[in-house]
Amino acid sequence: MPSMLEISPQQIEQDRLYSEMGLSDAEFQSIKKILGRLPNYTETGLFSVMWSEHCSYKNSKPLLKKFPTEGPEVLQGPGEGAGIIDIGDEQAVVFKVESHNHPSAVEPYQGAATGVGGILRDVFSMGARPVALLNSLRFGSLERPRVKYLFEEVVHGIAGYGNCVGVPTVGGEVQFDDAYNGNPLVNAMCVGLIDHKDIQKGIAAGIGNTVMYVGAKTGRDGIHGATFASEELSEESEEKRPSVQVGDPFMEKLLIEACLDVIHHDALVGIQDMGAAGLTSSASEMASKAGTGMKMNLDLIPQREENMTAYEMMLSESQERMLLVVEKGREEEIAKVFRKYNLEAVAVGEVTDNQRFTLVHKGEIVADVPVDNLAEDAPVYHQPSRVPEYYKQFQAMDDYMPKITDHKETLHQLLKQPTIASKQWVYDQYDSMVQANTVFAPGSDAAVIRVRDTEKALAMTTDCNSRYLYVDPEVGGQIAVAEAARNITCSGGRPLGITDGLNFGSPENPEIFWQMEKSVDGMSEACRILSTPVISGNVSLYNESFGGQAIYPTPIVGMVGLIEKLDHITPSHFQAAGDLVYLIGETKAEFGGSELQGMLEGRHFGKAPALDLNTEMIRQNQIRTAIQKGLVESAHDLAEGGLGVALAESLFAHDLGCEVNVSGDATTALFAESQTRFLVSVKQENQEDFEALIRGVKPIGTVTEDGAYRIVSEGETVVEEETSALKASWEGAIPCLVKSKA
Amino acid sequence: MKFAVVVFPGSNCDRDMYHAAKDALGAEADLVWYKEADISGYDAILLPGGFSYGDYLRSGAIAATSPVIEQIRQAVEDGKPVLGVCNGFQVLLEMGILPGAMLKNEKLKFMCHFENLVVENAETMFTREYEAKEVISIPIAHGEGNYYCDSETLEELRANNQIAFTYENNPNGSVGDIAGITNKEGNVLGMMPHPERAVETLLGSEDGLRLFQSILTHWRNTHAINA
Repeated sequence: MPSMLEISPQQIEQDRLYSEMGLSDAEFQSIKKILGRLPNYTETGLFSVMWSEHCSYKNSKPLLKKFPTEGPEVLQGPGEGAGIIDIGDEQAVVFKVESHNHPSAVEPYQGAATGVGGILRDVFSMGARPVALLNSLRFGSLERPRVKYLFEEVVHGIAGYGNCVGVPTVGGEVQFDDAYNGNPLVNAMCVGLIDHKDIQKGIAAGIGNTVMYVGAKTGRDGIHGATFASEELSEESEEKRPSVQVGDPFMEKLLIEACLDVIHHDALVGIQDMGAAGLTSSASEMASKAGTGMKMNLDLIPQREENMTAYEMMLSESQERMLLVVEKGREEEIAKVFRKYNLEAVAVGEVTDNQRFTLVHKGEIVADVPVDNLAEDAPVYHQPSRVPEYYKQFQAMDDYMPKITDHKETLHQLLKQPTIASKQWVYDQYDSMVQANTVFAPGSDAAVIRVRDTEKALAMTTDCNSRYLYVDPEVGGQIAVAEAARNITCSGGRPLGITDGLNFGSPENPEIFWQMEKSVDGMSEACRILSTPVISGNVSLYNESFGGQAIYPTPIVGMVGLIEKLDHITPSHFQAAGDLVYLIGETKAEFGGSELQGMLEGRHFGKAPALDLNTEMIRQNQIRTAIQKGLVESAHDLAEGGLGVALAESLFAHDLGCEVNVSGDATTALFAESQTRFLVSVKQENQEDFEALIRGVKPIGTVTEDGAYRIVSEGETVVEEETSALKASWEGAIPCLVKSKA
Repeated sequence: MKFAVVVFPGSNCDRDMYHAAKDALGAEADLVWYKEADISGYDAILLPGGFSYGDYLRSGAIAATSPVIEQIRQAVEDGKPVLGVCNGFQVLLEMGILPGAMLKNEKLKFMCHFENLVVENAETMFTREYEAKEVISIPIAHGEGNYYCDSETLEELRANNQIAFTYENNPNGSVGDIAGITNKEGNVLGMMPHPERAVETLLGSEDGLRLFQSILTHWRNTHAINA
């Protein structure tokens, strides 16, 4: 009998074997109390994954409650596979971001690839067709061989999966900082389109209904992936390579098409993907949400390997699997839909009325636990929080002022910083155009895809400048949301909502928890004022590498906006010589956490640039109105590297030049990173109308056709350089770093 | 005139091809699933890009043995226009309808961006709406688009005017800068770049539209003569 080989419940308790699965003593005791007996090995495994931070948000729940999640257009907030927002005409946009940091740190190709696969399933399991992918990536210094390897393989993995499934990768960002040397971040976001009538839920309703399994067979890969994602990376992490799943994008493509067919079948009751914690989470969550129970016969689970135990099957994170609940007696109708795509849907269990999660394997009951306790009742921790010493010091510092003598050389150096430099090396490897809807591919402020057969388009972006969050998590959190909104606004859109990808170090460290708290406070405030509710998200904690080095707080904001008319789509770069250049917003000597500070000093300190959210909202509304009135040729937000970099970036697409006058201190004018600033170009004939709309603005210069970048400050030329030379610095930096042998 | 877009498991440019024929060109078009296919009633066959069968074994190799292939051979024999783009081109190579093979891109990476193509032969049923030597902007998106054939075959392709398009700046290492070739009879075109993604200025180029218009013009002319 196989169960004879299993470790006994007594032994699990005595030898504290549960702690190897990530459960604390108190958690184990509470499981014992729930069951009224000791849990067996399989049951301990079920609780350990469902109560992991990755599945239960036990450390972050109190913070997540602070986010505004409602709005008149929100059709589905957090809690399902992905959030949904109305875009009119009975259509809606579905989106979510998810992290795959830990797997990518040990097996970058598969870690990143399966991250893409997982987020796609979250979206199409809602009934939506995935129409775009974005990726927010953070790496350490590209001068390190290991970082270079991670960077190349993560990009390769995203390309390998995304290109094959036929969903365009249209945007995202890649930033580099020593803070990520040991722990890269790989966050993937998927955007889908859906008709209201097709919206699905992951519920196991209807007592007696049949539970069906479809997709790849269950293997021994990814066992305990969710638990692995909920602890620090260590020297032993390499040994956890078996915790990393292997992706099959071809299977995913078949699943997408089959699932988008099956949602139109009235025998389908509920559908959910098997993501983190695989079969355990999908099955128990579907039952818990419906207030039912579920009984599954594990002998019926399609298995890739022989002699798999119940524990292995339930904890496997094999990819490309879906769980369906279908009306009893109509299983064959559903199976037939899948058969068209050469997929087999098999009945593995039934919905029960006893609110228990019961598993049978080889004729024995191997687990029998209350489903709500498993899926919903993980303990919630209110971690202690402490203001870090570094923050107190930063706040007490005098304002940092960089000393620059050669502004032209500094501009070249900034354009070569990997965070600012062209990412063409990255996105050229992504199919950004499949589905034939991509208006702005990667490289724009926001990516834009049109909604076929309508006048509408969607703008989308991911943003998070973690340097600001490090020096001041609250202001930095506000800036992350505001910057994402700026990108949407500049492309002609109105921000609809966000998905948050919260990446932090260990919540058990009070100073890290303080970063989390403050970041969420800042983001929540910005979301309220900018009317962008949080509709979905993901939390990735324990992003620390060897020696307890935590990453910078990195709550990634994935934002989607609606462009009401195709005419409103606005590029981020200058369009024609002769156009007037406006800088909208005030510039102050703000360099704390700036790209220039990092470049000159090798670290970030001081105060983050100030942000006034009401000014932000008003200014974005003004820019949007100007765009909608047809007065704007291009709009670009000022970000890393300030005006100097933004001007250069605006010239590259059409190899134009500019003649710009600035006042005051030239270093501040060129490179300060003051917030809420926009670089806008306007046709001369629209000058009067534009200035009437945004009162008090005056042009700072013009776009020229001579291909020269010229900035004059107080009557003196501070930078004069060929656009082509600046472009060479900007374009060459990353290919050069990747090629160089460290 | 009616277009069939043959959909294999893993095809992913099938809808794009369908929209190009139906919406941009304004012709009739159907998506035809490879298992249920009866393509005898269609006037032109479009083999879309993507990763049929996940590109497992070799790009296009498994699709080239699927049941619908016999019907495609029949269409070729009947002289109907058959266009294979990207993975569709790879399928035509694996079927042996077009000569040569695909290697991985010279730089070993997938590439996706607009490329300038030179129309080398403006006399085919796919290119008659272009000018000879005209330069057009069409996107590429492939990891294995490095066309290879031996020098003898290359000479033959040149002698028979089978090279339809070349790259202005060869991105992938293809022999003779080849971007697209036809069969000797001229009714089969295989090309790596994606004309179906370049049928609207909103998306960056409409240079691909004339390829579809060429097919339509050809069909009208031949049917006018027959009538």
